Amino acid sequence: MLMVSEKTIKNLVEKADLPASVKEELYEKLVEYNKRYDLKKTEVEAIIEETVKEYQNALVEPGEAIGTVAAQSIGEPSTQMTLNTFHYAGVAEINVTLGLPRIIEIVDARKNPSTPIMTVYLDEKHRYDREKALEVARRIEGTTLENLAREETIDILNFEYIVEIDPERLEKAGLDMEKVRRKLEGSFKSAEFEVDGYTLIVRPKKAAKLSDLRRLAEKVKKHRLKGLSGVGKTIIRKEGDEYVIYTEGSNFKQVLKVPGVDPTRTRTNNIHEIAEVLGIEAARNAIIEEIVNTMREQGLEVDVRHIMLVADVMTLDGVILPIGRHGVVGEKASVLARAAFEITTQHLFEAAERGETDPLNGVVENVLIGQPVPVGTGIVKLAMNLPLRPKRE
Amino acid sequence: MAMQSMKKVIGSIEFGILSPQEIRKMSAAEITVPDTYDDDGYPIEGGLMDKRLGVIDPGLRCETCGAKAGECPGHFGHVELARPVIHVGFAKTIHRVLESTCRECGRIKLTDEEIEEYMKKFEVMGDRKKAVDKLIREIHKKARERMVCPHCGAPQFPIKFERPTIYWELRKDEEGNEYKHRMMPSEIRERLEKIPDEDLPLLGLHPEKSRPEWMVLTVLPVPPVTMRPSITLESGIRAEDDLTHKLVDIIRINNRLKSNIEAGAPQLIIEDLWDLLQYHVTTYINNETSGIPPAKHKSGRPLKTLAQRLKGKEGRFRGNLSGKRVNFSARTVISPDPMISINEVGVPIAVAMELTVPEKVTEFNFEKLKQRVLNGPDKYPGANYVIDPEGRRIRLMENNLELIAEKLDIGWTVERHLEDGDVVLFNRQPSLHRMSIMAHRVRVMPYKTFRLNLAVCPPYNADFDGDEMNLHVPQTEEAQAEAKILMEVQNHIISPRYGGPLIAGIQDHISGGYLLTREGAYFTRTEVEQMLMFAGVDVDELPKPDKVENGVELWSGKTIFSLLLPDDLTIWYRNKLCDEPERCEALEKLIEEKLIPDPEEVRKLAYDGFVYIQNGKLLSGAIDKKAYGREDGKLLDVIVREYGVERARQFLDQVTKLTIWVITHKGFTTAIDDEDLPQEALDRIKEIIREAEERVQKLIEAYKRGELEPLPGKTLEETLESKIMAVLAEARDNAGKVAERYLGMNNHAVIMAKTGARGKILNITQMAAMLGQQSIRGKRLYRGYRGRVLTHFKPGDLGARARGFVVNSYKSGLTPQEYFFHAMGGREGLVDTAVRTAQSGYMQRRLINALQDLKVDYDGTVRDPTGIIVQFRYGEDGVDPMKSWGGKTIDVDRVIIRTLLKTRAKG
Repeated sequence: MLMVSEKTIKNLVEKADLPASVKEELYEKLVEYNKRYDLKKTEVEAIIEETVKEYQNALVEPGEAIGTVAAQSIGEPSTQMTLNTFHYAGVAEINVTLGLPRIIEIVDARKNPSTPIMTVYLDEKHRYDREKALEVARRIEGTTLENLAREETIDILNFEYIVEIDPERLEKAGLDMEKVRRKLEGSFKSAEFEVDGYTLIVRPKKAAKLSDLRRLAEKVKKHRLKGLSGVGKTIIRKEGDEYVIYTEGSNFKQVLKVPGVDPTRTRTNNIHEIAEVLGIEAARNAIIEEIVNTMREQGLEVDVRHIMLVADVMTLDGVILPIGRHGVVGEKASVLARAAFEITTQHLFEAAERGETDPLNGVVENVLIGQPVPVGTGIVKLAMNLPLRPKRE
Repeated sequence: MAMQSMKKVIGSIEFGILSPQEIRKMSAAEITVPDTYDDDGYPIEGGLMDKRLGVIDPGLRCETCGAKAGECPGHFGHVELARPVIHVGFAKTIHRVLESTCRECGRIKLTDEEIEEYMKKFEVMGDRKKAVDKLIREIHKKARERMVCPHCGAPQFPIKFERPTIYWELRKDEEGNEYKHRMMPSEIRERLEKIPDEDLPLLGLHPEKSRPEWMVLTVLPVPPVTMRPSITLESGIRAEDDLTHKLVDIIRINNRLKSNIEAGAPQLIIEDLWDLLQYHVTTYINNETSGIPPAKHKSGRPLKTLAQRLKGKEGRFRGNLSGKRVNFSARTVISPDPMISINEVGVPIAVAMELTVPEKVTEFNFEKLKQRVLNGPDKYPGANYVIDPEGRRIRLMENNLELIAEKLDIGWTVERHLEDGDVVLFNRQPSLHRMSIMAHRVRVMPYKTFRLNLAVCPPYNADFDGDEMNLHVPQTEEAQAEAKILMEVQNHIISPRYGGPLIAGIQDHISGGYLLTREGAYFTRTEVEQMLMFAGVDVDELPKPDKVENGVELWSGKTIFSLLLPDDLTIWYRNKLCDEPERCEALEKLIEEKLIPDPEEVRKLAYDGFVYIQNGKLLSGAIDKKAYGREDGKLLDVIVREYGVERARQFLDQVTKLTIWVITHKGFTTAIDDEDLPQEALDRIKEIIREAEERVQKLIEAYKRGELEPLPGKTLEETLESKIMAVLAEARDNAGKVAERYLGMNNHAVIMAKTGARGKILNITQMAAMLGQQSIRGKRLYRGYRGRVLTHFKPGDLGARARGFVVNSYKSGLTPQEYFFHAMGGREGLVDTAVRTAQSGYMQRRLINALQDLKVDYDGTVRDPTGIIVQFRYGEDGVDPMKSWGGKTIDVDRVIIRTLLKTRAKG
């Protein structure tokens, strides 16, 4: 018998009632197997039929309490996670929150993660050259006087704050003494700055108390000389054939505008920033990816579908809601569901005040009043009037 | 009867504030006497235990409904308060309402245009809680700042709220002098009364269900006696409920206040009493109100009043409504029994005689049930109760057995003892996932523990070091059917978390599988017959012996294992033992080329690391965790999906028994000499340690000389630490490798580690070679004394041994210092676990509360209970994770191969 052509396979696969991704995979695999085993048309048909059957069998059943299953599937393995907050993920130099604390952080939708990190990818021009990557990194990296200083002293006698600057670090940061002076002068009107070689002398214009000098020194020390706000040190790493910049701290909005940065691949682990810059759908994907990565790093297997559901619930309203009384649970329509979760009495008083009505269509409410819950077998209703038997006289 | 209660369905629950009229209307009696019982122990009329409020003492009858104690649900009473008091729960709202409305005309301090605008906004919003909250706050802010009423033009004053229930008006007299005016509840109530119904929605109130003046109490409802029963102690002394105590206080002060007012007492005294009344009413509602001392019992224990009854984990909501105590349940210690099926549970006979199943008498079971009744409660398969057609429950006792057995007829129900084959729910806490409660079939057994098959330990996370488990007996046919269809153990072999087997062979099942199926494992006829008998494998005839040696017929383990497999099963995979990839590749290539290769050819290439099963015959490879272990049991996975859960259960039952026979008869143990290493190995390890310590020392010297290059973004000290850690970790790995080289697959500990039965190679390394670096929070140990961990070292010693590097193995024994270091590292682990359980428990509770209402609808969308679509297609492909192939929608390769094999085998 003749070998089936790729076109026939394509046609047959297209006709099948399957999701696009499966169709694609099926087609590719069939072509591959066809080359190896010379499939017959009947065989191809049988395979497709079998695939469709298998797919139909694998579909979720209506009423399935997938919410509870998702919550359990994420909650149960979290008991096995490490509590070690800090760990090195890929980059040895930057600490990242991992394990259970990270999952809690994501689910809580914290405004600022405890260890914000950006992974900055570079555009075609900058990505293959270390020097060029460094150039971009310098634009991003936040540098303060403190980072450049080799030694600092407060001269009480002359009422000066003297900073010895490390020339090497100064150069690495792409600055020179003149730039530093100008920058500081622009920001601090109350002080004079003098440069002597690699020594910077800070003199307050008004000689007041020593504590004022100390305060000024502290401010000058922490003053950002260059880089993006919120971003600390950067690390350049070679990944495959390109250089990637990792940053401690995150400023997603600004980093995308930095020349040399590839804005299509650059990412941050601060979900709120993603929501703000790229929109809520991107935030949803970020939540999924962050949870998946954290789970995988801990060696725990959890199906993405569960994580997707959590992400979808969190982003349903167009803003990121935390899982908890200030977010998803607090927004529930049911008074009883809210009261049964946390802060019971306040919810009841508020409900009375507003004259709320609990429609009793959730799970907890029905458990509370002792009725079948509206999930699983509880959604099935009989179209039949009870009592079946006539009432006894 | 039981069915009748099903007919009524609660459609919705309305919340609101009771008006004084309503309170009076529902009241059965006005309570005026601050006392409960008289000296004879009889309820005082008009007292808090008034018989019109219901009765709790047996023998008395309720004067409102005439029912006996236990039948009468109780009735509310009321107290007419001499002066109005604030309801603490609404104190904040009262403040907000006062601030938002005019002190003269009672209108909300918004212009007509604003009112219209906000009304429209409310309409659009519907009942989205957060948005409504925000709008109400906005309105409040706007209205509060208006110091002249837009409706009547009256000047307004700011109102200060002092927690919990005091309000001050910061008035100004004509000269502009500020002075504080204390607003008494009666004045507040008058103001609230003036607010027109139309303005209420803007204040977040409901005109019919919650008039603001109802937040100031003039009449206090007295809850029925049934909700605050007094308890009689053994000594005969009556102890009243906390609520009753509080009510006594309220009525006493109320009476005093009343008589003082009547007697025309000075204003000061009246106000003091008024405040006292306010205090008692406040604590009666919530005894944890901030700003006032909680009311205490005589013993000093704070009283549990209304709010405390509802709140928290043991409160009404979480403790009594979301979760309830149940009958028909049992709890005892669990112990293993490999001989029962995975879906069975061994129930002690004592438990079986206590728990009952109601069974309707029909013509088919009449004789059986009659016998049960005759056996009665004290003889095993018996019964404890019968229910006659009128619904009367009759207890079976020694003396009425025959009488009732005679009367027993179709239409009766017999509550018979638990018998073999009944479905029960079995549970172990913490119930972290749905597999923590599964349905099992009863197996009544002697002794006093629940028995369960070892393969179901993983889902319950159970072991036998004293664990206890609970058992519940479903009482209705519906419940039993659901348990059987949805909850039975075999339906949960695949975990919905990752789409792989969760109920699987463990430990000895896997070691045993390896001993049975590895190359060179042969068994005599007696052995084969015994093990098949033990495993419950039903074969008519043994297959041909694989070889005959010295006239003795021998069967290979693979042949025997094949007897358990479905006849048409074909599968191949690399297992955990594959450490020579070339041999696997050779086999893979053969299979790929031929598709259905000749068994003999496969046998020639047979390798323990590559499993090939053709038509239910294991031709190559040894069985390990990849076959039927947890999470990655491919063989088990395929059997469940392609042959069904019942076949999978049978396979698991047989394979666990078979492997246990093998392991018990071959002998499998690990002793101290399993960790023996030859002298040369020990020397090599010593050398590795010496080298590592030397390198560490060099690093420290370089650091001290200031020659160490810091890593980017790290201080010098951190650089040193991470470099030392790297050196020492490498040293342990190398020592482990040395140990591994000398311990082969005839070492039982190695078999366990390599097959995935239990433990890791690391554990063997730690026993045989060395323990390695101990750490706290990922760092070397450093806490203790100044500059050193233990006084056995010099201060500032950064060397390997001074900072928790343990060079000894468990076998060679730890030095006292090492032992201490080890304990430090161990303690961190313990603390970690304790903290983690609390944290993850709370997170899971929140997740469940947030997600539990979501379900898949008939159209495949995921919706919340209000019908809002959360996902258009569940998980983007609509596939149930439990039915997915380890998360993939479909394993296309498997489908193609399977279909091809089927069609090609025919042709």
